Amino acid sequence: MSADVTTLSGRSETPAAPPRPGPGAPRAYRFPAFETRVLPNGLRITVAPVRAFPVVTTLAVIEAGAARDPRNEEGLARLVTGALTEGTRDMDALVLATRLEMLGTTLDTGADWDSAIAQLTALSSRIDDAMAVLAEVLRQPAFPESELGRLCAERLADLAQLQAEPRGLADVFFTRLLYEPASRFARLAGGDERSIARLTQERVQAFHAECFRPDATSLMIVGDIDVEHAVQLATQHFGDWTGTASAIVEPGTRQRHPEPRVHLVHKAGASQSEVRVGHVAIPRLHDDYFPVVVMNAILGGLFSSRLNLNLREEHAYTYGAHSAFDWRRTASPFEITTAVETAVTADALREIVHEFTRIREAPVSDAELSLAISYLVGVFPIRFETTAEVAGGLANLEIFNLPPTYFDTYRDRVAAVTVDDVLRVARAHLDPSRLQVVVVGDADAIREPIAALALGPISVYEPTDDDVVTPA
Amino acid sequence: MHIPVESYRLPNGLQVVLSEDHTAPIVAVNLWYHVGSANERLERTGFAHLFEHMLFQGSANVEANEHFELVQRAGGTLNGSTWLDRTNYYETLPSHQLALALWLEADRMGRMLPAMTQQKLDTQRDVVKNERRWTVDNQPYGSWWERLPALVFPEGHPFNHSLIGSMEHLTDASLEDVAAFFQLYYTPDNAVLTLAGDFDRAEAMRLIVEYYGSIPRGEARPPLRDMTLPPVSGDTRREVVPDAVALPRLFVACRTPVFGTDGYYAASLAAAVLGLRTGCRLEQSLVRRQRVASQASAFTYDLAKGSDMLVVDATAHPGVTPEQLEAAVLAELDAIHHDGVTDAEITRARALIETSFVTSMQSAAERADQLSRFATYFGDPSLVNTQVDRYRALSAADVSALARERLGPDNRVLLMYVPADADADAADVVSEATA
Repeated sequence: MSADVTTLSGRSETPAAPPRPGPGAPRAYRFPAFETRVLPNGLRITVAPVRAFPVVTTLAVIEAGAARDPRNEEGLARLVTGALTEGTRDMDALVLATRLEMLGTTLDTGADWDSAIAQLTALSSRIDDAMAVLAEVLRQPAFPESELGRLCAERLADLAQLQAEPRGLADVFFTRLLYEPASRFARLAGGDERSIARLTQERVQAFHAECFRPDATSLMIVGDIDVEHAVQLATQHFGDWTGTASAIVEPGTRQRHPEPRVHLVHKAGASQSEVRVGHVAIPRLHDDYFPVVVMNAILGGLFSSRLNLNLREEHAYTYGAHSAFDWRRTASPFEITTAVETAVTADALREIVHEFTRIREAPVSDAELSLAISYLVGVFPIRFETTAEVAGGLANLEIFNLPPTYFDTYRDRVAAVTVDDVLRVARAHLDPSRLQVVVVGDADAIREPIAALALGPISVYEPTDDDVVTPA
Repeated sequence: MHIPVESYRLPNGLQVVLSEDHTAPIVAVNLWYHVGSANERLERTGFAHLFEHMLFQGSANVEANEHFELVQRAGGTLNGSTWLDRTNYYETLPSHQLALALWLEADRMGRMLPAMTQQKLDTQRDVVKNERRWTVDNQPYGSWWERLPALVFPEGHPFNHSLIGSMEHLTDASLEDVAAFFQLYYTPDNAVLTLAGDFDRAEAMRLIVEYYGSIPRGEARPPLRDMTLPPVSGDTRREVVPDAVALPRLFVACRTPVFGTDGYYAASLAAAVLGLRTGCRLEQSLVRRQRVASQASAFTYDLAKGSDMLVVDATAHPGVTPEQLEAAVLAELDAIHHDGVTDAEITRARALIETSFVTSMQSAAERADQLSRFATYFGDPSLVNTQVDRYRALSAADVSALARERLGPDNRVLLMYVPADADADAADVVSEATA
């Protein structure tokens, strides 16, 4: 290998390098100024004028997330949001789509655990018309029976596809196995074959009537528009909306297995193993949020994180390894994600557990801490370049009940995190005694090497298993 | 909307594009090298992409992976990507960190080879093999994006072979290959450097001249093998792939005019009429009225040389056979081929494309990438400001004419994935062509 440098010394006239430059003087940045108004019916409107480009994003957040699905009717919230664009009192699905698309926009709807959203971005010259359509969709959806049937059939198609899709399968089994069976979180956000079969037009209409109410809705309006114009538009289209939403009951968050366990989902002959490792952790609104974010950046949030440098750059087990919190209002999953070559699955798990343990045992280095902090602080303005990104940020304030000063203090709070804070929150919020390992791969090839790691009792499932009650 | 554009060329051939915008203290740095998998030797497929990984393994004054760490420590985001005919590298940073990004890119353009070692090559080769497993081999339908060009472009054509390459070729790649590829293609006269966002023009040019001005121009590059193709393939070609999938999925590709021509914009509109968003024909007909597909869309590849391709992608509804899916998709293609498009359809397609283009320009990284793209392909970055007008200039008759010429049965490739279990006898890929 010593010959390499001489072998490669072509283009010999290449000049010496100028010295590596330092940073210049930073220019001040502020998150776009915004104003929040509350209409008499309880609807909240947050407006951020951002005028660089002639576009406006409107994002409605409604307290109608998948966490509100009734037991055994999982998938209802997602069906309701999916069906919003299938027609209104005055427009059928095709007329509605054509109306929006002639305006050059599309209404995107969806529901995560905590909330439902409906979002569109249009040229500012067309926002008045687009807002009228948005209001009609949220307030007077028709939910035609035949379109509901089609959406349910498409959900069944997705579930069928999942059987053959290792990444999705790993996510699904991790979801099902993490929380106690009684928790809404232990069942798929979009529902399964049994729950989908129970969803009717009547249930969809009832869910909409109960949840889609002005006092449970926030409207973010961001872009080339002034505050008074935005408020006037919102008042015109939503001011006479009435009703009160019912109270929210949050799902249970106990972990299914209080002890470490390994769950293998068998895919004969798989060339890779899809790996998920984690446990139930803290809610989004938490005093330790900032040290936890910094800790996660060091462990697996950055390219130069411990997990990625170890598994990818040192061992070449994988194309990438990451860790993240799947933030919710209640106790949220912490999850390490990677896909590794089948033959090194156990080796990769050993390294994952090693890194998970190491960050709890000794302080991170000053270099690691400063990298994480300067990245999170520096990248902050880059996260909010577009109207949709700013609207998404403002929506998080509503969904997670964050203070209005959140964005103005974000960088100071990140910068204040110390090495001691990182160690403290790693010990407090990462818990090896509850670690759950899910691997989708060739169980015949990986079971024995994994057993030798003694990470906990091993269960093996077929991808089609929908009853994942673990044998004793 | 008007994107400011200034363009310069250094004596060593490096094209520099500047687009100032002081809205936020952010700057995007974007480098396009005019080299992609099309430039590979046929016994080294996947090399251009493997090389892209190597470019993050350090240079004379940068340690392995230090490029990532320095940019992230500066509060920036970064990546690179390899395509059939270009490779790009890009960073978005707080604007006071511009000099660092320019210096890092210059160090690897001018001084990459002293840092290369066999061990780094071995590691990245294994990383790329895992990338291949993750995106192609262990992913349902994952091979479509190497099978489809292989059917559309004849064997030996620069776009025919796999971009991510074969496992064997990746194994064979040597340090000598790395050196040769670098010296041929990673030269200032084969690159475009674009800055978009918050910078001072005079200061930026001073840094660029200091960092890049002394990097020598490259030697003559071997010409690409001939790219020219007849406008239509002459037949309908069909490949059936039994795979570990739950539902049949059909891809249809037609050769269409290359990116930048009037014909390209007509093909792009035809693709939008067929398969963009909800109001398009495929969604309305296949997904909603007939319910033979659970999803359907259409798009162009935007290739600027040889031939572009228009692709239709449709997944069967559960219970629908591959034959039913194929018949329904081809009926839509036949309809647009015979009867063309309406004014209302073109109005819808143009409105969606225009909003999506203006919206994407909010991102400094996206502006920089588009400027590099027009500079690399046409030598003129200001073409970015003509895109909306290029679409507006076309009528329904123009799009109908394109569909008439290019979307017929004499210019189609069909790639059909079927569940392997349901078709146990057909263990191998079946190919046939019909005149």
